[in-house]
Amino acid sequence: MEQAKVAGKGEVRAHKSVHEIIESPDFKKLVSTRWTVSIILLVLLFVTYYGYILLVGMNRASLAQKVGEYTTLGIPVGVAVIVIAFILTAYYIFWANKSYDPEVERLKGQLKP
Amino acid sequence: MPQGAQTMQTTLGAPSAASIFFFFVIVVVTLAITYWAAKRTKTSKEFYAAGRSVSALQNGLALSGDYMSAASFLGISGMVALKGYDGMIYATGWLVGWPALMFLIAEPLRNLGKFTFADVVAFRLQQTPVRIASAIGGILTVLTYTIAQMVGAGNLIKLMFGLPYLWAEIIVGVVMLAYVLFGGMIATTWVQIIKACLLLGGVTFILLLGLSQFNFNPADLYAKVAQTYGQKALEPGGLVTNPLEAVSLGLALMFGLLGLPHILMRFYTVPDAKAARKSVLYATGFIGYFYIIIPVVGFMSSVLVGRDLIAKIDAGGNMASPLLAEALGGTALLGFIAAVAFATILAVVAGLTLAGASAYSHDIYVSIVKKGHATEQEQVKAAKIATVVFGVFAVALGILFKGQNVAYMVGLTFSVAASANFPALLMSIIWRRFTTWGAVAAIIVGTFLSLGMIIISPTVWVDVFKNPTAIIPLRNPCVISMTASFVAGWLVSLMTPDTGAQEAFEGEKLRVYLGVGAE
Repeated sequence: MEQAKVAGKGEVRAHKSVHEIIESPDFKKLVSTRWTVSIILLVLLFVTYYGYILLVGMNRASLAQKVGEYTTLGIPVGVAVIVIAFILTAYYIFWANKSYDPEVERLKGQLKP
Repeated sequence: MPQGAQTMQTTLGAPSAASIFFFFVIVVVTLAITYWAAKRTKTSKEFYAAGRSVSALQNGLALSGDYMSAASFLGISGMVALKGYDGMIYATGWLVGWPALMFLIAEPLRNLGKFTFADVVAFRLQQTPVRIASAIGGILTVLTYTIAQMVGAGNLIKLMFGLPYLWAEIIVGVVMLAYVLFGGMIATTWVQIIKACLLLGGVTFILLLGLSQFNFNPADLYAKVAQTYGQKALEPGGLVTNPLEAVSLGLALMFGLLGLPHILMRFYTVPDAKAARKSVLYATGFIGYFYIIIPVVGFMSSVLVGRDLIAKIDAGGNMASPLLAEALGGTALLGFIAAVAFATILAVVAGLTLAGASAYSHDIYVSIVKKGHATEQEQVKAAKIATVVFGVFAVALGILFKGQNVAYMVGLTFSVAASANFPALLMSIIWRRFTTWGAVAAIIVGTFLSLGMIIISPTVWVDVFKNPTAIIPLRNPCVISMTASFVAGWLVSLMTPDTGAQEAFEGEKLRVYLGVGAE
């Protein structure tokens, strides 16, 4: 809340109505960026997970290759799917904290009290 | 070490002093928390949403607690122990819903909702039809999940404590009702947090104790597995043969999470969207860690306990982890793990009961019967009555389904959730032209198509009803039923344009993206 006031000051003196905010290029950009980021991350998640599943289904031999004396490639790949899923989630948080939240606060500051 | 594996004796199935001790400690501690929570649970906001005072870390743990059911703890380790690598494929599928939940609905859900996901779907639509449909989708999802949990609970407790099935059902029902009835969401959340910590701590302890026998080097463990059961145990086997089936199961696991009412409900317990977002990251971390170590535990039990003994105790392999605990730490560790597994079931059933009760009391009674004008007292009273009814139903269904193989029901729940609840939820958030009847169509088509297709699939038609062949070959309907739900919602919305709902989309957007006016 405090931040919102600080961010709102200096930039825009006249407050905007709900309709004006919704129609503003800044808000539209916020919404489209949010979904672009989400869709890209979702596509990466799909590629990772379904890539793995389809590999298991269609080319089992590739995952049966040995990477150690006995350890098969399938084991580190399975772990990697989980780790990548976590990294994608963490990246979303990183992006939201760094880019999304400040913009939200700025737009909220423009809203008529 | 493994030499003794084949001749290992087990006390599993007989009530030991250690297991009873740990079981009582857990029940007493959780009931004490319930007593404390009861004093802080007066309003409906406290009953359903823990007063929105749960921190991101607490909610992350509680979400993990809701998600890491006994089925995944015991089931996946057992599958790895008996079948090898294939269990690991299953484990990865259980995690991938969490990032999807984050990218698509976590923040909008928190900003739009009050107590249930129906609040989100009905936000700018006509309350009565949407809430009735959402309650149907929500309650059917929760019920199928509850049946699987209750039947699993009865079997598990019978195996572990030697307690008769009927008593096991009644104990679960009574203790779980005490949590929900008196402590509401605050108690349910804390029970989940305790359970998540015990489960993660207990499994980590087994992991370290077991790995100490392999010089803390997983490669040594895999070498032992390959020497004992052949290299095949470390290679993908026959689990995934039909890519369409695999994709359908994957879709169900991924998007089913986004339609599970007891998970969605947790997003209303945190103060704001930022905390909701953080709690998903915590949950993804805890659950990811859990699913990475569970297959290792499974492999360890296959060599330290032996497949023969695991399969002898329970053909499905569900007792692999408890047996490993006994092999490593004797009766005391077995007792501890048995008690943790019991707490796991109690906590999950408590969460489901709260979600089922709120679908009735908040969406039907308060919003429709009382037209949203119920006093706080009436709301909490309705919620508590619904809780008791749901709890009695849960116990009755557990007894009714005794002896049935209900493993398919967990998969079924995810298919129903992904088809019934998720499409309407997503469309209501992102699509301006979504209408009341579009929402109703999406929910009804998704719910009944997924349920119907499961009934005529090999899973139920052949395995349960013993017919020679199934009407449709697909075991998991999600790829068709979820798509059909989206198409139904889209077509019906186009046929029933609603300018009011389109105008209200502005206010909804302000709330979704900026959090203005969020509860």
